[in-house]
Amino acid sequence: MVQSSQAAEGLASIPALLQRNATQYASKMAYREKEYGIWQCWTWAETEKEIEALALGFINLGIKEGDFVAVIGRNRPHFYWSMVAAQSVGAIPVPLYQDSAAEEMAYVMDHCGARFAIVEDQEQVDKLIDIQDDLHQFEHMIYVDPRGLRKYDHHKLHTFTGVQEQGRAAYWEFIEDLRERREKLTYDSVCVMLYTSGTTGKPKGVVLSNRNIIEASKSSAEFDNLNKDDEVLAYLPMAWVGDFIFSIGQAYWTGFCVNCPESADTMQTDLREIGPTYYFAPPRVFETQLTNVMIRMEDAGRFKKWLFHHFMEHARKVGPAILDGKAVGGWDRLKYSLGNLLVYGPLKDTLGFGNVRVGYTAGEAIGPEIFEFYRSLGINLKQLYGQTEASVFITVQPDGEVRNDTVGVPAPGVEIRIDERGEVFYRSPGTFEYYYKNEESTKSTKDPEGWVATGDAGFFEEGSGHLRIIDRAKDVGKMADGRMFAPKYVENKLKFFPNILEAVVFGNQREQCTAFINIDLTAVGNWAERNNIGYASYQELAGHPRVLETVKEHVEEVNRSLSDDPMLAHCQVHRFLVLHKELDADDGEMTRTRKVRRGVIAEKFEDLLGALYDGSDEIFTTTEVTYEDGRKGSISATLKIIDAEVVPVEAPGKVAAE
Amino acid sequence: MLDASEGYTTEDGRKIGGVVMEMKNITLRFGGVVAIKDISFDIREGEIRAIIGPNGAGKSSMLNVISGFYNPQDGQVFYKGALRPQMKPYQVARQGIARTFQNIALFDGMSVLDNIMTGRIRQMDAGIFAQAIWKGKAEREEVENRETVEKIIDFLEIQHIRKTPVGRLPYGLKKRVELARALAAEPSILLLDEPMAGMNVEEKEDMSRFILDVNDEFGTTIALIEHDMGVVMDLSDRVVVMDYGKKIGDGTPDEVRNNQAVIDAYLGVAHD
Repeated sequence: MVQSSQAAEGLASIPALLQRNATQYASKMAYREKEYGIWQCWTWAETEKEIEALALGFINLGIKEGDFVAVIGRNRPHFYWSMVAAQSVGAIPVPLYQDSAAEEMAYVMDHCGARFAIVEDQEQVDKLIDIQDDLHQFEHMIYVDPRGLRKYDHHKLHTFTGVQEQGRAAYWEFIEDLRERREKLTYDSVCVMLYTSGTTGKPKGVVLSNRNIIEASKSSAEFDNLNKDDEVLAYLPMAWVGDFIFSIGQAYWTGFCVNCPESADTMQTDLREIGPTYYFAPPRVFETQLTNVMIRMEDAGRFKKWLFHHFMEHARKVGPAILDGKAVGGWDRLKYSLGNLLVYGPLKDTLGFGNVRVGYTAGEAIGPEIFEFYRSLGINLKQLYGQTEASVFITVQPDGEVRNDTVGVPAPGVEIRIDERGEVFYRSPGTFEYYYKNEESTKSTKDPEGWVATGDAGFFEEGSGHLRIIDRAKDVGKMADGRMFAPKYVENKLKFFPNILEAVVFGNQREQCTAFINIDLTAVGNWAERNNIGYASYQELAGHPRVLETVKEHVEEVNRSLSDDPMLAHCQVHRFLVLHKELDADDGEMTRTRKVRRGVIAEKFEDLLGALYDGSDEIFTTTEVTYEDGRKGSISATLKIIDAEVVPVEAPGKVAAE
Repeated sequence: MLDASEGYTTEDGRKIGGVVMEMKNITLRFGGVVAIKDISFDIREGEIRAIIGPNGAGKSSMLNVISGFYNPQDGQVFYKGALRPQMKPYQVARQGIARTFQNIALFDGMSVLDNIMTGRIRQMDAGIFAQAIWKGKAEREEVENRETVEKIIDFLEIQHIRKTPVGRLPYGLKKRVELARALAAEPSILLLDEPMAGMNVEEKEDMSRFILDVNDEFGTTIALIEHDMGVVMDLSDRVVVMDYGKKIGDGTPDEVRNNQAVIDAYLGVAHD
């Protein structure tokens, strides 16, 4: 194998790192994927051969330097190889969310002007065929799973293995070309382009260079002592920057193994089989798992229930302290190790967290109780704060300084400043180059000195030096009386209850706060089953009087806890309703990363919002919904509006209670 | 009509081969009840052949005649060009025709994987002793067959329930497992008895896609019975229509749709 000159100099690109790994870690596992019930494995040396064959096939198909190559599929080694192969030939990979609707995909494909796409299966092929007439530059499509595609016109459609075979056949013809292209890559070459999920407006293409990705991966890997023996499970969307950093950046830098689940539905089983040492999940995943554990415990026998609750209480008391290496009494330690034997160990194993050395959550604030639950089990779960534009890392929590209400200290190499309005700015080697074809946004986000606006409001805590994020800067508003309104803070408190899946709190420029609530069908459905409550649909369950009663209790509990916080006591929820449909990205109510789009929701459910403030008891409404296949329909319902009890709070000049 | 030896090409470009099974003047009686009265039709290689009709029309009996489970009192069955004699149940199983049942017939207590493995029984011939100690041939066979079964699991997208006992599955998935087991036998003809019965729209769409994919990917000849007219018309290449044990129509979905006898018996006049 020929070492590229850059690899010897300074490993300036992902393909250069691949070359290094292929020699240095030749027989170490690089990828595993469960397929046909068995974990199929590829060593780094084999991976290099696969990627080389693919890259040669790409040249054979006519991919030029600077071309954009769209990658659309769930986490599979093939798609990671595709991205690195594209980089090797000087093209720029653009991973897309595979569950995007055709129009969303059309926008991105058109914006980047991709000539090639590597897709998973018939579903994606059909989607691209639907939109390809509007895409002038689009030429070839390569698919991995041939099922159902036999009869398609194969003039511009190729199988993944076929492209590789052609690449191998044309080895001597193109290998020199490939080497040349690979060696041209520098720290400044574009590594990847990632589209932001677009909480506001159209998605923007964030261009990240090799420097951004490699520097960010390098310093973060050092921060957490990641090494070649670590294992990760790649299951988060490939279009998301986090997955790119973990499954490509850090994996290629340290040489650790990336494991791909068999299918989206088997993720939990696969997680358990792999037992990753390094794990990342958005709060939602932890929430769902905790909800499932709690539901299953509800169904357990009396003794098991007692055992679980008894030891979990003890774990909550001493677990986090033991994890942080603080002083804990001998008796407590003994009891904790007994608990570990009986409860925590088996539970961690079931959850697939038995081997986790470093776990991260980010993307949204995690409920304090959820966070504590995992930490008390002895799982080193930490928070980080990041952005696509920063190549993920802005702040991270160092071991031993983990708390649920902060996002940690600036990551290595990152500078942070906070402007007078409270907005957080950062500057780092990971800071993105520019937004593709969008100079205006680039200018408004990144100033000439390289400072990037995060759009989040926060402050550094005195003493610890940790950053605390309150909310999106634009979401933090003022109530009618001028006091701070931080909706996400309240929403997160509500969402901690297993019964509540989503909450949207309103109150900007208003006298009092109100909320829309989505119940969690798994948790509430299980409760309904145990209480012999029949229901036919989400809508029916959401409107059940006893469900409303339970939600009311939760809201009131949140109000009580809010009243303890002098900064936010006035954000107590006075009135709420339980929505008749689940908020859904297909209806534009959430982003693909499942963040609520407050503006869209307020507009779409204007009538409901009105009813929350005009004092009415119920309201009839009709809502348009989009099904997964893109068809539209509508549902209508009469929703009850419920008054929640609030704790009266003394406020300057005014009493906030009813 | 069509020549028995020659095939035809469907609208979407699939090649349909010659006749693989031919029913000639079949009559089946249970005591005094005549379930099937003088019916003739054929099944061609690679096609999806549907048998439709109102309740009690004799569809399931017809399927049992095709599989060889029932022996008609009159008429002959030609399978792969030869007259098929009366068979014992084990011979029925060995002829390469697999089926699913209207009322799912899986082993509830066994996992999905084990259920599908039972479909491979014809491909395993290690002795009872070898099986018991699981060495040599028995082990090799198990590995080979497991591989085939895993491909089918992947094909039908049931990886997530591989280890789940069948009894815990919802109806739609059970139907899919049954299809998987039938496929595991690598049949030359696959008989499906009401594959969509009791399913919701989404499950029906899934099942239709799987049936088409099986036919397309493995070239399996499929004969199916179905109630849902919409599904039948979309899926099948040719349709036989039965009513009170008699054949009242036979042809492409379009021909059948426009056949007056069919409209009267099934679509038009309400009598069930």
